[in-house]
Amino acid sequence: MSERQHPLVALTRTRLLEFVREPEALFWVFMFPVLMALVLGFAFRDRPPDPIPVGVAAGPPAAELSTALSRAGTVKAAVYPDVAAGLEALRTGKIALLVEDRATLVYHFDPTRPDARLARLEVDDAIQRARGRRDASPAAEALVHEKGSRYIDFLVPGILGLNLMGTGIWGIGFSIVNARLKKTLKLMTATPMRHADYLLAQMLSRFVFLVLEVAVILAFGVAVFGVPIRGSLVVLVLLTFLGALCFGGMGLLVASRARTLEAANGLMNLVMVPMWLLSGVFFSSERFPKAVQPLVQALPLTALNNALRAVMLEGRSAAAIAGEAAIVAAWGLASFAAALKIFRWQ
Amino acid sequence: MSTSAPSAIVCRGLKKHYGDVRAVDGLDLEVRAGECFGLLGPNGAGKTTTIEILEGLTKPDEGDVVVLGRRWGSQERELRERLGVSLQESRLTEKLTVYETLSLFRSFYARGRDPELLLEDLSLEEKRDARVGKLSGGQRQRLAVACALAGDPELLFLDEPTTGLDPQSRLQLWERIAAYKEAGRTVLLTTHYMEEAERLCERVAVVDHGRIIAQGAPADLIAGLGAPHILELATDPAVGADVFKGVRGLRDPRQRDGRWQLAVASLAEAVPALVDALEGAGAKLVSLSTHRATLEDVFIALTGRELRDE
Repeated sequence: MSERQHPLVALTRTRLLEFVREPEALFWVFMFPVLMALVLGFAFRDRPPDPIPVGVAAGPPAAELSTALSRAGTVKAAVYPDVAAGLEALRTGKIALLVEDRATLVYHFDPTRPDARLARLEVDDAIQRARGRRDASPAAEALVHEKGSRYIDFLVPGILGLNLMGTGIWGIGFSIVNARLKKTLKLMTATPMRHADYLLAQMLSRFVFLVLEVAVILAFGVAVFGVPIRGSLVVLVLLTFLGALCFGGMGLLVASRARTLEAANGLMNLVMVPMWLLSGVFFSSERFPKAVQPLVQALPLTALNNALRAVMLEGRSAAAIAGEAAIVAAWGLASFAAALKIFRWQ
Repeated sequence: MSTSAPSAIVCRGLKKHYGDVRAVDGLDLEVRAGECFGLLGPNGAGKTTTIEILEGLTKPDEGDVVVLGRRWGSQERELRERLGVSLQESRLTEKLTVYETLSLFRSFYARGRDPELLLEDLSLEEKRDARVGKLSGGQRQRLAVACALAGDPELLFLDEPTTGLDPQSRLQLWERIAAYKEAGRTVLLTTHYMEEAERLCERVAVVDHGRIIAQGAPADLIAGLGAPHILELATDPAVGADVFKGVRGLRDPRQRDGRWQLAVASLAEAVPALVDALEGAGAKLVSLSTHRATLEDVFIALTGRELRDE
């Protein structure tokens, strides 16, 4: 006689087997985040900043101005036949700033563009120096290239968070809606199986992949880009578990009523797209206006990303990220409880 | 009828509607412990809704259901430990193997049957490690029944267990269901195959439009027709029903697809008289066939429609 497995173990094992026998799923979970980090990492790799393109309106001083600007090296000057052509190039974003020399120097630029403001300073400085300005006090530069402050350092924790969200919500959501469509769920409810066991197994199976998933992304970040892990690895791993729990719960909730894959897909996008944009995956969530900050900071992915960055890049302790961890846990528990309550088994 | 055996299922005044459609419309039913009971009817008659109400998967709008002495609504898991259910449309996970699927279902029950024995029971040993997605229709159905048997149930519900199967697979499943019943267990099945009902079921209920229109042992229902034979004929040119009026022993003429179908008490008496009557009407017999009356004929006699919409 074979031993009877605990239903929770049997269900978790089943889910794992289903997953590993689905090659596409493996690709999306493991290869996609690595490819994304690779592409973005190379796009933003360490190198001297690109010169800012600027324009010079044609006229007698044009040659002198463009020589002065190209000598400075921080901007790249192009000469336009007249002011109208230069302004056209400015409007279409080909250049950040247009210089016109008519007794006074006139700088055309859009002050809301940071690179335009920078170009204003660089261009003015280059021209004034070329025409003989002297510095009141000499200045020297001490340059810093510290690991942990580069874009890729910012990006890798964000991709980790993004991946925890994506695989949690997609992985669980689709598998449940599929089981509902095929009436496997209905068949299981005709057995003495506990409903909570089924839902828990979905989340537990996630943890098993999580270990691999997190390991792949972190190992890639550390080995290829030298991304630092300054805080405790244990805290980091616990944090990713918490994240998986949270998004697993949200995946259950999103899939708790949907009767079709289309409906589930729509709901998943509704949940995930705002967090892709707001939660500081690719750029800091601090950039959003103050009025929406309470909302942005309350999102589980924002809290998770902030906590991941605090541990990885700043070496913060578990106590320092307790607030963020609490937000993530609260979302997970509330979602799981709500899902269990409103779940449609047929 | 004797009612000494305890009832496995009793339901009274069952009603269920979906929007304007009355799927079940006042249905009473009693299944005795140890019998195989068949719900027989065409597609859309309300069989599936009825069996799913009895399985506790669908809530009736009205009516009372008692299964193995209990009502749905409290301590459902204890009751489910004693039931086996195979649904009509549910598809098992294709990525799992046959054995993995059986182990999973076995894990849901506190007591049950070893998956290895279930494989034997349903002749699936050779497919033990095959993925469910690679099985034939018959093998899948057998696996579905094996899953229903994983808890070694007292009462087995089978919703259209052999629909869409080839004759050989059907026969295999029938043998298995018969063996299960031999062990003293109760089976409730739905089917639209009269042969299945006649072979497997001690009693059947003919369901139409959400109601039971006849109930009893298949042989009794057929005997109730009062004519053990069915005669089918076609003539050239076609004749009207009045031709058959003068022939003794012919009853219930019905026209179907240009052919006449008649109930006959005695072939020996009726056939010569029929041939004479046709000659008298100037019509030639193109074809003539007879068969023993079946549950299908009972259904046609009761509703004027055929059981299968083939």
